[in-house]
Amino acid sequence: MLYTCLLPACQSEQHLGQYYTVPPSHFHTVFPHGLPPRYQQQVKTFNEGCVMVRQPALELISHLKRADYSKPTLRYLLYGVKGSGKTMSLCHTVHYCSTQGWLVLHIPDAHLWVKNCKELLPSSYHASRFDQPIQASNWLRNFRTTNEHFLSKIKLRQRYVWTKRESTEEGRPLGELVDMGVSRVKSSSDVVGAVLKELRLQAGGTEGGFRLAVAVDGVNGLWGRTTLKKEDKSPVAPEELTLVHNLRKMINNDWCGGAVIATLSQTGSLYAPSSAYLPQELLGEEGFDSMDPFVPVPVSLYSEKEFESCYLYYLDRHWLQHPHSQTEEGKKELIFLSNRNPSVLERLCAFL
Amino acid sequence: MQMQRLLLSTYFLFSPERRTANMAASGGRTVGSFLWKCGNCCFNFNTVSSNLTRQVLSRQLCVSAVLHRKNLAAAGPEKFSEEFIKKQVEEFNIGKRHLANMMGEDPETFTQGDINRSIAYLFPSGLFDKKAKPLMKHPDEDTFTKALAVEKHQDRLRGKDLFTQDAKQISLVGSRWLLKEELEELLVETISEHDYARFIQLMERLLSLPYCSVEEDFVQRYRRQLEIQSSKQQVQPLQYDQHGVAYSTGDGRRKTATGTVLLRDSGSGSISINGTNYVHYFPVLQDREQLMFPLHFMGVLGRFDMQCSVSGGGHSSQAGALRLAISRAMLSFLSEGQVETMRQAGLLTPDPRIKERKKPGQEGARRKFTWKKR
Repeated sequence: MLYTCLLPACQSEQHLGQYYTVPPSHFHTVFPHGLPPRYQQQVKTFNEGCVMVRQPALELISHLKRADYSKPTLRYLLYGVKGSGKTMSLCHTVHYCSTQGWLVLHIPDAHLWVKNCKELLPSSYHASRFDQPIQASNWLRNFRTTNEHFLSKIKLRQRYVWTKRESTEEGRPLGELVDMGVSRVKSSSDVVGAVLKELRLQAGGTEGGFRLAVAVDGVNGLWGRTTLKKEDKSPVAPEELTLVHNLRKMINNDWCGGAVIATLSQTGSLYAPSSAYLPQELLGEEGFDSMDPFVPVPVSLYSEKEFESCYLYYLDRHWLQHPHSQTEEGKKELIFLSNRNPSVLERLCAFL
Repeated sequence: MQMQRLLLSTYFLFSPERRTANMAASGGRTVGSFLWKCGNCCFNFNTVSSNLTRQVLSRQLCVSAVLHRKNLAAAGPEKFSEEFIKKQVEEFNIGKRHLANMMGEDPETFTQGDINRSIAYLFPSGLFDKKAKPLMKHPDEDTFTKALAVEKHQDRLRGKDLFTQDAKQISLVGSRWLLKEELEELLVETISEHDYARFIQLMERLLSLPYCSVEEDFVQRYRRQLEIQSSKQQVQPLQYDQHGVAYSTGDGRRKTATGTVLLRDSGSGSISINGTNYVHYFPVLQDREQLMFPLHFMGVLGRFDMQCSVSGGGHSSQAGALRLAISRAMLSFLSEGQVETMRQAGLLTPDPRIKERKKPGQEGARRKFTWKKR
């Protein structure tokens, strides 16, 4: 049995190794920006998005089902070697959350916020901080796509003043705030901060309560170093970036009514050796202290069954064209060459 | 001598009284077939030329001489029988008369001395050896006697049932001629290159003659056996550790990189290089394929566990060094035939290529400096 039709909510251990299809309608709403680029190409090629049900994702989902949301938020950390499927597990969980009606705050890659930024504006709100208008407005746009139905429901609890003439009153829907952030690019970073704060305050609330899922990919980028420089060529510390500062406040477990799911990523990380994959190495002292306590969820390479399933999936989709790859010999070769690493296997099969 | 007879005939063909006829019937009509036999020159001369006179007015057919050649190869070797000799005698006589005609003398009173003088006149030769000069003699004198004697001897042996065909051949497989140095050593005298080449030539000639197996001992004295290559490999015996699992080690080198491999049996195909996983150590697919090659070739992909350590060189040379080390370590697990196949696949040969030395006056080993015209 290769395929299962159940949504993440109903999946259990018996479905381990099977593929389930993400409905096309969900694709653009739930994952405007979260999926790994190679997987996006694969979706485009196969004309459907199939995700394998794996142990780490199932574990996470079961934790989320059983957690008590009146207590401070639990933080889950997915870690593993490069290419073992951390981002995919995160996306699987995010899909579960969105089908359950949670509000999903999905940051595709925290590393994007600490490097390669063309414009750094000094923040209007706080003198020593820096704004990143482009990244912030992009993220707000995607956030809007993901959580359309929440934007009108949540009301602001505070008045925000942007400029002398602009302000957003109390009681206005969140959607208005987000729209303003998207249009007024200059203050988009502050808008992001405001959005995060509002959501934090309202997440565990009894009236119109919703669950908040904060999904951060590459969370180790928030505590490392940045490649950005100030005008006098001195390096910028991550705390001096508004976006990073606000995000750190989200990840702190001083609010309740949701969960924080994070992944470590070495691929985009700065100044980290390529062999590092454990939380301690990638997060650093500071990061580890702030993330502590967390629930570590290790993501391993494909097991025999999972490899078999992936291989059959590629065969089924006629992705493996070479006649030799359909034999037992070819399968052994694939196992050897990829060592059951999902991303390596995917790259290998890409030209077979 | 026979060759001169041929030339004579062709000259005769083109002699004045036949020329007109020939012009009409030119083309490759004549000059029949030849048969050369080693030692004895004899040929069959098709007396097609006499046909020419009769077919003077016939239309010239564009027929090549090849078609007129008899397939003498199918006829078998020429036998020196009585009719053959009689035919040769007749041809000699005709040739003598033509020669007399040419010299303007009387054919009836043409003696052997006259023949010799005319030949010396017509075919002046600058050679010194009398026997090498062109001559024309009666066949009975000394031409076929040797061949006839050999044939008589063979017939006698056939009668006594001692005439065996030459079925035994000297086996030359797996041996080579002595090298020049070895020959010098054997004969205790210096030999020049030409002499050595001549020696090899003569030995080959000897081997090409029939009944050479009689002299097999003599020939084998000058040949050396070649060693079989695979027996040079030293296959180490398997070692067993405390759990009874068989393991073996191997090391290999390629272009400054050295690698050692500890191969363990009944494993799952996991490989660790210098402590890290091989997928992370060799991100390039090509290097992993190099590691896979010995195992895949023998079909034992999932069987062994490997612990490797490698240092020096670049990633490609490290992969090559490990491949050699894996092949050598695998030898103790394989049978003789498999070892031979591995050797022939080139898995056990260390790659001798090294970085070529940079020469002075050039930018690299081969690259020259940019050539400027002025």
